[in-house]
Formats: sequence, structure tokens, C-alpha cells
Amino acid sequence: MEFSYDDEQNGLREAVSALLSRAYGDSEQRRRVVGTDPGFDEKTWGQLAEMGLLGLPFAEADGGMGAGPVEVSIVAEEIGRVLAPEPFVEAVVLAGGLVADLGTDAQRAEVLGALAEGTLLPAFAHTEIGSRWQASAQSVTATEDGGSWRLTGVKEPVPNGARADLLVVSALVGGATRLFLVPGDAEGLTRTGYRNHDGTRSAKVTFAGTPAQPLGEGTGDQAPAIEKAQARARVAYGHEALGAMETALTTTAEYLKARKQFGVPLNKFQALTFRAADMYVSLELARSTVMWATLVVDADGDVVAAADRARLQTSRASRHIGKEAIQLHGGIGVTAEYKVGHYTSRLTAIDHLLGDGDWALARLAGSVGEHQTVDALQ
Amino acid sequence: MRLHLSPEDRAFRDEMRTFFSTAVPQSIRDAVAAHRELTKEQFIEAQRALNAAGLAVPHWPVEWGGRDWTPLQRHIWREEMQLAGVPEPLAFNTSMIGPVIATFGSQEQKERFLPATANLDIWWCQGFSEPDAGSDLASLRTTAVRDGDDWVVNGQKTWTTLGQHADWIFCLVRTDPTAEKRQRGISLLLFPMDTPGVTLRPIELLDGGFEVNEVFFEDVRVPAENLVGEENHGWDYAKFLLGNERVGIARIGSTKRMLIEAKEHARGITVNGAPLSEDPYMTARIAELENELLALELTALRVVANSAGGRPHPASSVLKLRGSELQQAATELLVDIAGPLSVASFADEDSDVPEWAQVATPSYLNYRKVSIYGGSNEVQRTIIAGSILGL
Repeated sequence: MEFSYDDEQNGLREAVSALLSRAYGDSEQRRRVVGTDPGFDEKTWGQLAEMGLLGLPFAEADGGMGAGPVEVSIVAEEIGRVLAPEPFVEAVVLAGGLVADLGTDAQRAEVLGALAEGTLLPAFAHTEIGSRWQASAQSVTATEDGGSWRLTGVKEPVPNGARADLLVVSALVGGATRLFLVPGDAEGLTRTGYRNHDGTRSAKVTFAGTPAQPLGEGTGDQAPAIEKAQARARVAYGHEALGAMETALTTTAEYLKARKQFGVPLNKFQALTFRAADMYVSLELARSTVMWATLVVDADGDVVAAADRARLQTSRASRHIGKEAIQLHGGIGVTAEYKVGHYTSRLTAIDHLLGDGDWALARLAGSVGEHQTVDALQ
Repeated sequence: MRLHLSPEDRAFRDEMRTFFSTAVPQSIRDAVAAHRELTKEQFIEAQRALNAAGLAVPHWPVEWGGRDWTPLQRHIWREEMQLAGVPEPLAFNTSMIGPVIATFGSQEQKERFLPATANLDIWWCQGFSEPDAGSDLASLRTTAVRDGDDWVVNGQKTWTTLGQHADWIFCLVRTDPTAEKRQRGISLLLFPMDTPGVTLRPIELLDGGFEVNEVFFEDVRVPAENLVGEENHGWDYAKFLLGNERVGIARIGSTKRMLIEAKEHARGITVNGAPLSEDPYMTARIAELENELLALELTALRVVANSAGGRPHPASSVLKLRGSELQQAATELLVDIAGPLSVASFADEDSDVPEWAQVATPSYLNYRKVSIYGGSNEVQRTIIAGSILGL
């Protein structure tokens, strides 16, 4: 078991960090970018593509870089550190991951190649009103007529659903969940985008007999594959959250040293410094769990269970750190003009994309009698 | 970044697991598992079994019985030992004074004390805390005044754990009351507990047990050769010792064992026709504790991997802080599983209350100590806020 990064991985982190701090080093830059559609910066997205980051986890034969989950985790962490609004986890890890796992040779080459080049943004259209983080579709249906498929129903909220060039849509076929590809300009497709609390974008996406291409071959239930891709995205989100939590904590610590009340800096008050110490404890425990989960993904172990464990720990930590970061700042933490509250907002969004801590805990509780202990060392 | 243990580490773990579950008498391991107080003889027998196999002091210098293991191997050694219910080698000997003598002691002291310390031929106790010097240890007032070839010690120590079994004490004393910085006037002395002028008073704890003591010194004469290192440098040795104490204090294997135990007991209790182990609130509580323990273990692995030059990683404070909280949470869980039976702590042999339920609450009350000793959790928060966050 080994927890340290190699030189190449450290180099990747430095490069990504340099690019993103140019784009978002000043939190006003991010505020400007998320103020207008599509909620991220197309130029920065292009630069991420030029660095090869948008094809990072995909096979070289599909136009990717053939890197692993550790490299993905490094990018996600740097995204989180400056709250870059570019949809790396959403497009590359989740939507791209589904295509990489399930797509035919042609689909992989077409979608992943263009995604890697930054010319095609895919989005996973899966959540429905009334669904709650499950891997199966609920009410959107797919029907076949003479070899061509059509989708009917509503997906919402779909992250980046209005901007996406390609939707990866889950739909019911009989009792099974199957995935379909729908281009953004398909007929019978209506998309209404809006702003989320964290500055990112979602959309209501309506399918009215919309033509769709099945993702991959076969007729089996693809819900288990969705579960696995979502698990990998949960782990990657964990790293995005780690980056964000670390900035929230360091920003808070700096503020405690700089801000004076009663004639002294706030760090003279033990009631405040102890709370900052507890934030550090939460962060480090979450970091260990999320790093471990990435190693489980890397080793192709029980990815779903590991992701649930990481999610539970990250959810608890991100709520703790997010709320305390605002409280220890005081009123300024609640303003949109200062950066720290935006971190809390993003952490809250990540927590509710793909399942929150209690949801993960309920799943873990269901299997608690099946093992004697949880083994960290494998 | 790699998940799996190397084949060598895997073999090492198997070796440890086999040794701990076979070479230490079952009766002793059962006593640990049942949270019974161990006798002095049981401590000694267990430690000698480990020492005979070269497993009592692996972290010491090789010439004094150390094994030159990697930090990961030491972690595995410790966790497997706790998981198997093997009493750990006496911390006062192997984690505290042993490494201090090995690092700062004279050659004569090393030869005289180290082999006997490793084998528990000498039982050491710790003379650090005083009634008015707890977390603020540097304010200690026990004095040692030079008189010819002796130091003459006067004063009082407290919270001296297992002092009733001890042959010798390592004792922080003030040798220069005029030192400008109070940390600079402290020395470390070694002397037998049966030296004239030493008296010991046991302190009964909440669980009815006698674990800690007060120790009084009245004109206790200690030969000058029993001073460790240099005069007035005792604070440096104390800090070195306390840093060692913090490593391994998370007791993850021991908490793991308590969770295994809790799950077993919950299976045997029926609530409204169903086992308590299937109650949704209970399963969630256990699952969350298991996850927090996993996070702690992974942090321990991450921290040991990054401990350079024998100095504890700053995040080792997280291990102490969280490790103690989780030990306490596990004891609390056992009390709650015992439920109404948890009050019957000292039931006699005629009682139908199972032993685990009888000891649950005394153990929970006793474990309040773990967030206090080894540098209280408030001290750990101070360290984190100060040395890590710069506050």
C-alpha cells in the first residue's frame, strides 16, 4: 500500500494548477464566468483539451491519453481547489466514462475523440423528478420501430443539459434500463437551461419521440454499468470536494489571522482555532478515504462499495467544513462578493449530485452484517 | 499510489497473525477480549512471549533488539496484535523510557536497563504529571537537589499508571529552579520504587479498578549516575518520549475488535421479534463507525508512510484525537447494546447478566481517560491549530 504520487503525477498537478490558477486565481474571474451561459469558460475548456486532460482516462485507440484514475483524481482536485466551473467530472468521468465502458468501437472513437479534443461536450441525462440517485431510469421510455429508436419523457435536472452537444440518456425498455445517445440538435428535443445555486448549469430536457441511438450493443440491463460509472464519478467528485475543502480551510485560517476584533486577531480566540483544528481533522480523514477509493478504482476492486465509503466520509466532511468556513468568517462568508461561501455552495451541490452521505450510509448499513471488519489493507 | 500490500508485506501480516493467535496464551487474550483487568503476571508472560520471538521492541535500535521494520510493518504488527487481543508490550517500557535510554542514555545505562526493560524484568512507571502540572507539564514542582553523589528528591507525582506493579520510575524533576525558561530547569531521573522515602497511594477509578496512583517523594536519595542524558535537558527527552507515545495511540485494531464484538452481541438480542443487529438505526450507527474507523486507519497508513527521521508527522495529532474518540464511541455502543443489562456492573456469579454486559459500562467510563491521557484532545487541537494551520 502506497499513498504518494510519482514525479509524473506531481508534474501533472503542477501543470493543471498553473492553468487553472491563471483562469480562476482571482475569485472574481470565476464570478464573471458563471454569470453568463454556459456557466463555464469555453476558452479554458479548450485549454484543458489541449493539455490532454479531457481524454485523460480514455484508451489511446479511442483518442484518449490512457491514464488512470489517479491522474483523473489529480485534475479533479485542482478543479475543486479554485472552484473551476468547467464540467470535468460530469463530462469526462461520468458521461464520457459511460461511453468508454459501453460504446461500440465506432461510438467510442467518435464521442471520446471529439470530447478529448474539446469539440464535443457530452452530458448524462439520467435524473428525473421523483428519482433519487438510483442507477435505473424511472419514467423516460425508449421504443423501437423498424430498427430505429425514439425516446419519450422528461429528464431534470440534467447538468449542462442545455449546452451539451450530446446527451447520454437513460431510458426504460421493458423493465430494463438502457442508454441512448441523442445529439443536441435532434428533432423532438426541448431543452430549457437554468442556473444552479453553485453557478453551474442544469436543464429540463424533454423528449417527444426523439430519435436516439442505442449506446453499445445487446439488450441487457445497463443499470449495473451506470452504477459503476456513477461510483467512479462519486470518487472523482470526492477529489473535487477535497480541493474545495482545502481552500475553504486555508482561506478560513488566513482570515482568522488577518481579521481583528476586540483589538486582537481572531486567532487569539481558542473557541475559533479549535474549530479550525476540527475542520483539519475532517479534511484529512476524508482525504485518506477518497485517495483509498481511487486506488480501489485503479485496482478494479469493489468500486461501488468504495465509492459509498468515500461519499459518506466526504459528505460529512464537506458539510462540516463548508458550514464552519462561513461561520468563522462571519457575515462576509454569506456574501456573493467574497469567495468562501461559493465553496460551501459547490460542496453542497457535489454532495447532492449522485447521492449524499445518508444515502451512502443507508447502503453501507444494509451490508454491515455481511463482514466482520472492513479491511483497509488488501 | 498503490492499493495492494506487496507480497512481502502480505506474508509479514500472515506471520504476525499466526504468531499472535498462537504464541500468546488464550487465557490472556480472552481476558483482554473480555475487558478484564490483567494481572501483573499476565502482562509479564505476554511480553516475554513477544520478546522471546523478537517482537516486543521492533522500533528500538537493532543492537538492542529492534527489527529495522518499515513504518507499514510496524503498523501491521501493532494492529494484528490488538486485533488478536494480545496485550501490547508495556508502553512505559517499550515506547517511553526504552527509546529515551537508547537515544540519550549512557552506554552503562543502556547495558544495565535495555535488555531488562524489553523483557519486562524491570517494570517502569512514569513520573510526569503532578497535581498542579497536567497538560501544563512544564510547571512541575517536584525538586531534586544535589547532595554529594546523590540527588535528593522531594515532591509528588500523580496519575502514575500501574505504579503498583512498578520496580522503577522515570521521573521528571526540577533541578534548576532559577532557570529563566521553566522548561530548561528540568532533568530526568531513574530510581527504584522501593527506595526509602517513596510512597504510593492507589486511586480508585470510576470503574472500580485501581489503575493509577499518587506517588510521594520525601528525601529520596538517587545516585547521580541515574540521571539520563544531561542535567537540565529533561524537557527535551520528555518531548521525545511524548512524541513516541502519540504514535500507535490510535488503537485502531482494538476498536475494530470492539466493533466485531458489538455486532456479535447485537445479533443475540431480540427487539420486537427481530435481532437488534437488523434494527436500521443500529446498523447505520455501526456502519458509520466502521467507516470512520476505516478513514482513521487509512490516515494512520498515510501518516506512517510520511514520518521522516523518526519525528511524528504533524497529522499524528489527528490519530490521537480521532483514535480516542472512536475508542470511546465503541465502548458507548457496547453499553447501548447491553441496554438495561448495562447497569449490572458488579453482578455476582449467580447473575444471568453476561460478562460482556457487566463490564460494558465500567469500560465506557474508564475509557473517558483516552481523550485525556497522552496529551489531552484539547492539547492535540492546540498542536493542529498552531503547528499545522499556523493559528
